[in-house]
Amino acid sequence: MVYFILKRLLQSVFVMLAVALLAFSLFRFVGDPVSQMTGVETSVEDRERLREELGLNDPFIAQFARFTGDMLQGDFGFSYRTRQPVAEMIADRIPATLELGTVALIISLIVGIPAGVYTALRPRGFITQTILMTTLVGVSIPTFVIGIMLIFLFGVQLGWLPTFGRGGTVEIGGWTSSLFTIDGWRALILPALTLGVYQLTLTMRLVRAEMMEVLRSDYIRFATARGIPYRRLHFRHALANTMIPVITIIGLQFGGVIAFSIVTESVFQWPGMGLLFLESIRFVDIPVMGVYLVVIAFFFVLVNLLVDMLYIAIDPRLRVKEAA
Amino acid sequence: MLARFWDSDAVWAFRHSPAAIVAFIVAVLILGGALFAPWLAQSNPYDLTTFSLIDGLLPPVWEEGSDRRFLLGTDDQGRDMVSAILFGARLSLLIGLMAMLIATVLGVGLGLAAGYYGGRFDAIVMRIADVQLALPAILTALLIDGIARGLLPPSSHENLRIVVLTLAIALSLWVNFARTARASTFVERNKEYVQAAMIMGQHPLRVMFWHILPNILGPLLVIMTVDLASAILLEATLSFLGIGLPADSPSLGTLIRIGMQFLLSGEWWILWVPTLFLVALVVSINILGDFLRDVFNPRLR
Repeated sequence: MVYFILKRLLQSVFVMLAVALLAFSLFRFVGDPVSQMTGVETSVEDRERLREELGLNDPFIAQFARFTGDMLQGDFGFSYRTRQPVAEMIADRIPATLELGTVALIISLIVGIPAGVYTALRPRGFITQTILMTTLVGVSIPTFVIGIMLIFLFGVQLGWLPTFGRGGTVEIGGWTSSLFTIDGWRALILPALTLGVYQLTLTMRLVRAEMMEVLRSDYIRFATARGIPYRRLHFRHALANTMIPVITIIGLQFGGVIAFSIVTESVFQWPGMGLLFLESIRFVDIPVMGVYLVVIAFFFVLVNLLVDMLYIAIDPRLRVKEAA
Repeated sequence: MLARFWDSDAVWAFRHSPAAIVAFIVAVLILGGALFAPWLAQSNPYDLTTFSLIDGLLPPVWEEGSDRRFLLGTDDQGRDMVSAILFGARLSLLIGLMAMLIATVLGVGLGLAAGYYGGRFDAIVMRIADVQLALPAILTALLIDGIARGLLPPSSHENLRIVVLTLAIALSLWVNFARTARASTFVERNKEYVQAAMIMGQHPLRVMFWHILPNILGPLLVIMTVDLASAILLEATLSFLGIGLPADSPSLGTLIRIGMQFLLSGEWWILWVPTLFLVALVVSINILGDFLRDVFNPRLR
């Protein structure tokens, strides 16, 4: 058990180092940092001195070590565009994206799991066929079009909900949250729905496939033969065994939520990390791009580590295997 | 020959699936419209002399105050919406098809080689694929686009936009092909016909592409359809975000981005005409992909 966790931790460290190397290569080889920091009238000698001061003439490994060391101490460098510290810029944006992503994930699970179970239990029913057809269309509609449709319907035609920004926010210990005001929730509904719909279809399809697989297995057949009531059979025996892959997708979907939040934040002008990343691409603001990658990778690794530990907690078979 | 084709498995399934038939007709119509856009469209949206500001913001013909010349209305520049979407679809399909083909060649090549040789080469290719699979395609494409912007001199940005966009999309889609090709190659490699070809001393490339490839085409065809839809969606999304094609050579995504400016002002057709066109295109391709998957996967029948 301890060995397993240590092994996973070590793997995570290697993943983070690889991402840091990618971010560093971006910074070092895409465009010239010195020409980004100086103007046209800077002399060649001054440029050389700056290059020496910044340590850009040191060996690659030494530079990378310094870069990683700075990052560990929370020093992420400065943006080419705004000249602000990147750490501050990103930290300002993290709460908005995390709140949006979490609410979207919750929507996807609350609707997706029951829908998946229902369509697995009644594979030939009319409602099932309707739901499956709708999700196929839903997968084909790009996220931004779903956002536009929601804005058009609830923002423009009905005028019920705001269509951009975060609404009222409350600051709690440096974390700006929109979850504590009615205004904030109203602003959150449309973006979270937009982000949640695509994930919802994925959740539903996976739960359905998994549930159908479990229902075909021998132990369910045997349990049916024993005369266990269907309700107990479906929800206690079958669903419990479907939950393990569902936890996996929560981990995987997190990546999707973060990536598609770029699109959603752009449609709704939601002031999160995705919008910042998009701006950094448009203005070739390499330091912000690199740090965004590192931060995203960090969340990714963290979530996957938690998922792995949840497995052990939920599935007794894994514990046995570890002990053996 | 024709009768045999008509009675074959796939065609029989096709004739008995109304959804697939409708999707096929829609896809062919849009493809034809895009292909023959220069002859079908009454004006060229890239040529400023073929439209005029006086015709700006006209609604579609069934609305009041419309002009019979413009079936689906005009945008603020006086561009005919029908011409705009036909030319837009042309660009979207061109980029989508090219990206899908590059991804196919790259992915199938690497997957075949990885499955054939195994060992260290296989391990390296599959590790890269794993990493990329963890990142959603849109993030990869955005990143590649950002890097290209940094590497290329600013003056060449606009000229190379289509090339950069196509490559960014292709490089974010190859993984599916590589994984599928590798898995099928693993199975085929140990079959007798492949062993025989190897013993006969045929060149590995000949074994891979002449003997193995034709036998793993079925599942690859499904992925090609699905990835064509993904490529078109990716291009539309990037253009919508303002990272893709510029406003003077609008793809469907760029047209939707332009239309967003009219969302609040009542000129709904500027937004909804390209949006619905894009959705119709992608939905019909996806339905065809789903149909092909069912045909090629006997387990599901």
